[in-house]
Amino acid sequence: MQNEALNASDILLAKTPLEKIHHRLGAKMVPFAGYEMPIQYPTGIMAEHHHTRQSAGLFDVSHMGAVEIIGDQATKALENLIPCDLAEMSCGEIRYGVFLLESGCVLDDLLITRRENGYLLVINASRKSEDIKYLQSHLPADVILRVWENPVMIALQGPKAADVLERFYPKVSSLLFMTGKAFENTWISRSGYTGEDGFEILAPQEEGISMTEKLLAESEVKPIGLGARDSLRLEAGLCLYGHELNENTTPVEAGIAWSIGKRRRQVGEFLGADRILAQLKEGVSCRRVGMALLPGSIPREGAEVLSEKGNVIGFVSSGGHSPTLGHPISMGYVDQVQAAIGTDVLIQVRGQARAAKVVKMPFVPHAYFKK
Amino acid sequence: MMMKYTDQHEWIRIEGDTGTIGITEYAAHQLGDVVFTELPSLGKVMAQGSEAAVVESVKAASEIYAPVSGEVIEINKALEGQPDLINTDPVGAGWFFKIKISNFAELDKLMEESAYEAFIGTSH
Repeated sequence: MQNEALNASDILLAKTPLEKIHHRLGAKMVPFAGYEMPIQYPTGIMAEHHHTRQSAGLFDVSHMGAVEIIGDQATKALENLIPCDLAEMSCGEIRYGVFLLESGCVLDDLLITRRENGYLLVINASRKSEDIKYLQSHLPADVILRVWENPVMIALQGPKAADVLERFYPKVSSLLFMTGKAFENTWISRSGYTGEDGFEILAPQEEGISMTEKLLAESEVKPIGLGARDSLRLEAGLCLYGHELNENTTPVEAGIAWSIGKRRRQVGEFLGADRILAQLKEGVSCRRVGMALLPGSIPREGAEVLSEKGNVIGFVSSGGHSPTLGHPISMGYVDQVQAAIGTDVLIQVRGQARAAKVVKMPFVPHAYFKK
Repeated sequence: MMMKYTDQHEWIRIEGDTGTIGITEYAAHQLGDVVFTELPSLGKVMAQGSEAAVVESVKAASEIYAPVSGEVIEINKALEGQPDLINTDPVGAGWFFKIKISNFAELDKLMEESAYEAFIGTSH
């Protein structure tokens, strides 16, 4: 058997404030975006995945970046970079968006929270340095950029998450999906990246570590590693930077044009607007789709997608086994003409062309808490 | 009955001229949750070291190589519905396939259990 298991021990890696907890829980640690992160705990990825869908899973996401943008000109400055309608956001509201390049392609995807004095941006671990350089070079002098130093960021996800968190933060369950608020010096938002109802909690180190311990002591809560985080987000049809999104992909091709505000589509005035507005009007030559296969070998990232006639029409950007559905699922980019829901395609897996079908995403319905 | 091991973490249990093949506890643990196996077809003749099967875990696919040459005489049909047998009982119910061994001399190239234990001790 050949197995190239990554070993986290011999690379110089950053550690999150929850590192001791991971080790105590018997996590298997791997390098991820320059950090030593838990890929799974002893129960394994499948059990962790199911636990999150059925109860409450706790994820360490402290490797991600938290950046505050402060100042009267923050909205205008950020709207130049992010095509969301930031001006219409009310305090505590959260939007999903992207940082755009001149090319109209994506530097990173992020969550943007409107706060009293500006915005809180949560950015990908793997893009932190690129994002901060980009912000420094694009923001005017009167807009302040403040990077939070090593906070604890955890996500509590799943149908029991609200019940559990309510024990520590009364009234937290009245938050709606994609809103957040301060509970003393802890910031809690009803958001996440699993497709489940849940919360993301951002706290200074000491409070964050103690909150993590308290949550893990609750019977409904189990720690969940990056392995299940990936299978959960894949089932939820959510993009992962470096896989579905990169510096050669536009938000229109990636199927996240819904994040571009109505006013922004009419007026433009953001980086790469010419290309993006043209794509919105004229369509794109290839776009992101979801593909499902019958049980069997699993298409992985990079696998070629073929038409029924055998022509190469695209590639897989993420693929895996869906623990919830019990068969392989994948996301990928295919030619627009083959991208309609219900189209039969083939995916090359180890020299065999496996039958697959373009299906609607999410693969597993979202369970967000909305009014 | 004799057990031998490869440096690719396969085991072979030899009974008469039949060899039963699977992967070790160590390998199963490294792989994580197994979700699918691709087994060879009956009658397939394989050479020592050639690709014999594929095991897919949640995270990755791994090839299984034939510990010795031979012809496939049985496959473990139970793995189709319960691929997780490889995680729960890798050296028992989680076996992959059986071969009729064609060259016993090849067994000399494989490790005894004590040598294999020492081998994984150094690859931790």
